[in-house]
Amino acid sequence: MTRTTVTGGRLIMAAAASVFALAAYAGPDEDELVVNDEIEMVTKTDAPAHLDGLDTIYSGWRFRSDETQAVQTDDFDNPAMLWVEQAGEVWKTAEGSEGKSCASCHNDVDSMAGVRAVYPKWNEAAGEVRTIEMQINDCRENRMGAEPWKYAGGDMTNMSALLASVSRGMPVNVAIDGPAQSTWEKGKEIYYTRYGQLELSCANCHEDNWGNMIRADHLSQGQINGFPTYRLKNTKLNAVHSRFKGCIRDTRAHTFSPGSPEFVALELYVASRGNGLSVEGPSVRN
Amino acid sequence: MTRLTALVSATALFATVAAAETIAPQDVNYADGAVETSLTGQPGDPQAGAELMNKGAGNCIACHAVSDLSHLQFHGEIGPPLDGVADRWSEAELRGIVANAKQMFEGTMMPAFYKVDGFTRLGDAYTGEAHEGDVEPLLTGQQIEDVVAYLMTLKYE
Ligand code: HEC
Ligand code: HEC
Repeated sequence: MTRTTVTGGRLIMAAAASVFALAAYAGPDEDELVVNDEIEMVTKTDAPAHLDGLDTIYSGWRFRSDETQAVQTDDFDNPAMLWVEQAGEVWKTAEGSEGKSCASCHNDVDSMAGVRAVYPKWNEAAGEVRTIEMQINDCRENRMGAEPWKYAGGDMTNMSALLASVSRGMPVNVAIDGPAQSTWEKGKEIYYTRYGQLELSCANCHEDNWGNMIRADHLSQGQINGFPTYRLKNTKLNAVHSRFKGCIRDTRAHTFSPGSPEFVALELYVASRGNGLSVEGPSVRN
Repeated sequence: MTRLTALVSATALFATVAAAETIAPQDVNYADGAVETSLTGQPGDPQAGAELMNKGAGNCIACHAVSDLSHLQFHGEIGPPLDGVADRWSEAELRGIVANAKQMFEGTMMPAFYKVDGFTRLGDAYTGEAHEGDVEPLLTGQQIEDVVAYLMTLKYE
């Protein structure tokens, strides 16, 4: 007996020894992430002031096994970099009625350094909070005269990974005040709503139980600084809204759709919980 | 074992009778989180209960460790380990906890396994689509009884 708690006048004794080998996984680890021996990532830092539920924030990288962590430390090993390269070609390829490519307006993709770190972001002209995917499709439709990409489809997620890759190591810093505030509040409400037949909120798993095992899964804080994410489980790049959808589906709930106003708001809110962590995308997870 | 098999077939034989006596999720009477009356009037089968701890809509070890089930991989750490749980709680209390833990522990993360209403954006199982039609509880009344019968075997002595 290692722990004795009194609950409702009742003595509850929990035998820690019965947790088998699980203790070995408990909590985030203390490893440091440096990519390509060059980009030093902040994977642990003080929680932003607006966040009441956590004192310290951790990248999901800290919760993965050493083997999984290692895959992200070198671009030659990170399978996601193949799609980043493909998107690099698309960046320079003219498409649509205007005969323009991304590069026609933005030159080299390195000019996009820092952009990922501040999205989702208020767009004054449109009068809405926009994700980077919404902005990409706005460029395609209105500047290139090209068809929009499917919100969480392959082309879009590859391009999103390219844009993340040139911001790697920069601190996530989304604005939550001013005109973005009402969207942020809406996202926060979604984060704390207990959905589905299992009646679970994001916070139940990622705020109250990070570091704990839920069956075979080691719960992280559900941060999105690493998106898009290459998952060993499905061997593809995963968009952030696809992850939201999966997590809500797992509560036996009717999910929201990728690109929906609800997920845009949720993305702003969850991104803000990670303000101060480095942009890591495309990261590697299991 | 023979007794158990006899019990299982007896349960199957009287399934129609049992169905008539089953207390619907909306009609369960909770007193301080506990439920005195069997949901089905039929005894629970601890072996079937042990199966439910691992699989299907029960999947209790997703959140709880149980030494008695240490042959199964990956036990969760969300709720307390269930070793010796029958020393801490009565059968009626365990029935209440499994049927709807929110009655015993306000705001708990533990899902309600015998509840059919009051959900937000209820889905069609794990499809992500909206649910349509009648809602089935996560476990049937008899499955609740089976799980409770299994929990009653978890004693320290
Ligand atoms: C029933 C538990 C559960 C709930 C509820 C849940 N998640 Fe998750 N989530 C997981 C598990 C398990 C993983 C995989 C392990 C990990 O990275 O934490 C995960 C992973 C994630 C990741 C990937 C983190 C990374 O570093 O790659 C994000 C982002 C995420 N969840 C966000 C959310 C959001 C937002 C919600 C609510 C809409 C939510 N989750 C609800 C269990 C849950
Ligand atoms: C998603 C997580 C989760 C699942 C799934 C779950 N539980 Fe629980 N359970 C909890 C938590 C958390 C508590 C602690 C109660 C509280 O919130 O204070 C608990 C408490 C209990 C208790 C009281 C334990 C004690 O020592 O006081 C019992 C008994 C129990 N659960 C049985 C079960 C059974 C049987 C199942 C499956 C049919 C199950 N649980 C599924 C999370 C879960």
